[in-house]
Amino acid sequence: MNLMGLADAVAGLVRDGQMIAMEGFTHLIPFAAGHEIIRQRKTDLHLVRMTPDIIYDQMIGAGCARALTFSWGGNPGVGSLHRLRDAVERQWPRPIAIVEHSHAGMAASYTAGASNLPFGVLRGYIGTDLARVNPQVKAVTCPYTGESIATVPALRPDLTIIHAQQADRAGNVLLRGILGVQKEAAMAGRQLLVTVEEIVDRLDAPVNAVVLPDWVVTAIACVPGGAYPSYAQGYYARDNAFYLAWDEISRDREHFGRWMDEHVLGTNGHAAFLRSVGVPSSRNGEEV
Amino acid sequence: MTAPWNPDELMTVAAARLLWDRCVCFVGIGLPSAAANLARRTHAPNIVLIYESGTVGTRPDVLPLSIGDGELADTATAVVPLPEVFAYWLQGGRIDVGFLGAAQIDRFGNLNSTVIGDYARPRTRLPGAGGAPEIAAHARQTFIVLKQTPRAFVPRLDFCSSAGFMEGHGSRTRSGAVGAGPQVVITDLGMLRPAPDTEELQLVGCFEGVSVARVEQATGWPLKVADHVEVIAPPTEEELRILRDLHARTRAAHGSRIRVPY
Repeated sequence: MNLMGLADAVAGLVRDGQMIAMEGFTHLIPFAAGHEIIRQRKTDLHLVRMTPDIIYDQMIGAGCARALTFSWGGNPGVGSLHRLRDAVERQWPRPIAIVEHSHAGMAASYTAGASNLPFGVLRGYIGTDLARVNPQVKAVTCPYTGESIATVPALRPDLTIIHAQQADRAGNVLLRGILGVQKEAAMAGRQLLVTVEEIVDRLDAPVNAVVLPDWVVTAIACVPGGAYPSYAQGYYARDNAFYLAWDEISRDREHFGRWMDEHVLGTNGHAAFLRSVGVPSSRNGEEV
Repeated sequence: MTAPWNPDELMTVAAARLLWDRCVCFVGIGLPSAAANLARRTHAPNIVLIYESGTVGTRPDVLPLSIGDGELADTATAVVPLPEVFAYWLQGGRIDVGFLGAAQIDRFGNLNSTVIGDYARPRTRLPGAGGAPEIAAHARQTFIVLKQTPRAFVPRLDFCSSAGFMEGHGSRTRSGAVGAGPQVVITDLGMLRPAPDTEELQLVGCFEGVSVARVEQATGWPLKVADHVEVIAPPTEEELRILRDLHARTRAAHGSRIRVPY
């Protein structure tokens, strides 16, 4: 495990054209890492994520992606992801190939990848058109009962990126709260980059907590606030107002471009991004 | 005279009344979440709410904006990984009611939340199916909520994201889907339920002041009407007060500033 700065970690681990999974089911979404990928103008990525969320909207709008594997592409509780829609409906800023699953199908794909199995099984996709438009969805006959069961191929991303609350100095990582498929995506990835809220001497981990031991982690970058505007349970809450505001920012190509220029491309790291969008720091004692 | 409530409130209250105490409910964001939490605050205090983010038995004080707000984790009996939610809890057969919305519905309760137009060149790309295909297959029954217009109630879906009764006449049972499918559709005009023999949705209730003819006009296929169409009672003052308090607290919470330790 290497403890490194986020810019160095992204420069060293992210290659154009790779399949990259950045997970976090509403919680612990690795926003800072996504922004750094945009700053470094990485391109032709095959992005994988159950719920693309705002971070993939930004990466797709910035032209980083050639393909997207996903199961629900909206702004949760708000509406559409307008940059994703623009890419799918009008091929802007470039065409995007989509591989579409259900949540249960994606979960099975990651679980198979983490388990070193060729495919995952589920009683899924029954009676839907998803299997028609996604040739990856197939079926096997159960050798015991003769039933037909849906299958999905294992996901093995070149690189998985997740955000977590803590790492200790040896590089063991602790996650808690809503975990989504982070553990499965982490174990399915050929390499694993973890951004964390803080480095601690001793993990605050009860027995049976989710700990990724240092030897499954490729690199760790300490990025306080790295999940903002999503959240890190125990550190800060989700900025729902930002998610609501994103609808307006992302609707229009020019507005989106100006926002990205100012706040992502025009900042040299995550702390600068947080300052530029006016997020009060609880560390510096700033008043809200 | 305009009603002292809006269509969303009408639908939310009607949906909430269909849930029962100790019912295990797989809840989606938006109107289903509002309805389930209204039920919890009125006649069903021990309803078990499961959100697909993995929060089991959650009791939020404000409505979450996303399916995984911290409020849901803080107030849950358990928070489990997402593959477990779908495998053990949903596919395992432990969900009484799955609550779904959609952009389009057909006469057999099949739903589209994926695209309007052609899949490869869509006119409108919608968020997609998410958890719905398997919720529709495995929950013991599903409830559906959506506003009734000819654009939403279509003769033929542009895309089937989740299956209801498929082609009707027992085709669902033959498919291997475990749950009983959509048992009720709540709209801003009334309520539809499947006919026992054909499994085609038929109108069984109208809200006060809504005529059967008006519901027929809002439906994109020749709507079947039950022999007896009941009048659905409007929201009570108590139901409206609790629902509006919930929404007011939610708006205040979602607008508050967040401090981040950086």
